Amino acid sequence: MGAVLEVQGLKAFYGQTQALHGVSFALEPGGITTLLGANGAGKTTTLRSICSMVRTEGSIRFDGTDIAGRPTEDIVRLGVGHVPEGRGTFTDLSVEENLRVAAYTRTDKGATRRDLDMVFEYFPILKQRLTQQAGTLSGGEQQMLAISRALMLGPRLMLLDEPSFGLAPLIVQEIFRIMRRINAEAKVSMLLVEQNAALALELADHAYVLETGRVVMSGKSSVVKSDEAIRKSYLGY
Amino acid sequence: MEQLVQQIASGLANGAIYACLALALVMIFVSTDHINFAQGEMAMFSAYLAWQLLQWGVNFWIALPLVAFGSFLVGVGIERVILRPLHSAPVLSIVVVFIGLLTIFHSLAGAIWSHTIKDFPSPFPRVTFAGSGYIGPHQIGMIVVTIMLLLALFAFFRFTPLGLAMRAAAQNPASARLAGVRVDWMLALGWGLAAAIGAVAGTIVAPVVYLEPNMMASILLYGFASALVGGISSPGGAVAGGFIVGVLENLIAYFGNLLEKASGVYLIGNGEKLSVALIIVITVLTLRPAGLFGHVSVKRV
Repeated sequence: MGAVLEVQGLKAFYGQTQALHGVSFALEPGGITTLLGANGAGKTTTLRSICSMVRTEGSIRFDGTDIAGRPTEDIVRLGVGHVPEGRGTFTDLSVEENLRVAAYTRTDKGATRRDLDMVFEYFPILKQRLTQQAGTLSGGEQQMLAISRALMLGPRLMLLDEPSFGLAPLIVQEIFRIMRRINAEAKVSMLLVEQNAALALELADHAYVLETGRVVMSGKSSVVKSDEAIRKSYLGY
Repeated sequence: MEQLVQQIASGLANGAIYACLALALVMIFVSTDHINFAQGEMAMFSAYLAWQLLQWGVNFWIALPLVAFGSFLVGVGIERVILRPLHSAPVLSIVVVFIGLLTIFHSLAGAIWSHTIKDFPSPFPRVTFAGSGYIGPHQIGMIVVTIMLLLALFAFFRFTPLGLAMRAAAQNPASARLAGVRVDWMLALGWGLAAAIGAVAGTIVAPVVYLEPNMMASILLYGFASALVGGISSPGGAVAGGFIVGVLENLIAYFGNLLEKASGVYLIGNGEKLSVALIIVITVLTLRPAGLFGHVSVKRV
């Protein structure tokens, strides 16, 4: 089976500064892949590149279609749900409105309704907070809302940028548990960027390690996990 | 007493127009952080278009929506053609563009329709009714039309998916893009709506201030005052600000006249209305920089 996402020779630029130097990787359909690396290695930039949020060179194929350089809105409409760094909450809108905006491009009313029910099943707390202004939610709730917004697109691929950032360990466990369920039940492939390498390797089945904008290692999570150098630099034991 | 009620009523009528202008300014400000200095001249130009249609024998109530729609298209066009390429230009360049637009619309109106003052017929019948001593039919019409317009806008932003998408795009463009919202078009749509609101305001106020290329100059200033009083980022506040400024300027002139009659001291009168508006702006901004109804949005990190 072909890869759901195939990235080849990806370079990314912020103005004159080059942040990625030819990154290549592929995502198996239905799997969870994680990008590991230190601060500034280019993990977030890679996710932003996929959604055309930075200037890129190289090829990015989603389900066989070349999406490199296409407008963000068009890529999203193909079924790429991006859970951005910092959660991207519409703080002045209510929780319900946040979810409605996320389903803005959907025309299939019945399926949208089912997806909303699915979101409430995964995150019952959001149902209680429906009319609340989203900016007043706790960090964990906002992260749940961010994941839910991506789900409301009806995505085939989800890009998750540090979903554990700034959250209490219990909340992180909860969110990761639900991410695994979403992956299995909603058949959504996932590309996960995480600082918390131990957590990410536990969830993901494949891992790529980035260093200063290049892939330095890749393989099954179990293999990467047991690598001596990775253990020392990223897992800390 | 009768005079006081009269003053309040006409203040509300003027306030309705200020509210529209303020709302048009806010509409563009919330999505782009720009203050469109050409908003008044665009409204004036639309009023001329309406006048032209009336001259050709078109019914006012057909001409008004036609002109509003035409102005909407012009607004969208201005954003797409002129402002789009300046997307990442410094604010000063944008300000210069706005001043350029102001001059263009001003000169164009003068060139096409001449600078002489024209009479603009009121679309409302000159009838007498209980209370017509307090408020004229055109003033009531101004209030009704603008309130209907405001309600329609409120419903659009509150209840339609497109309105919601526009609010989302204004608030967090990056997230809106990730939800598939075409943010660039939302900005253009905002411009179009602002132009349409201005068109209605300009056309409906033309019978009062008469038609000439300078007709909106002071009204735009009141519009600024209203938007700032209400909070430049709050559409509801801008509308409230419009009515507040409209009533307040009349009341202050009214009490100034009373004072003059009673004591013979001239302190303030009709001539100082515009200064009053500006004093209101400065006072509000000093005491409450976010405006009366502007709110600092809640954020938790």
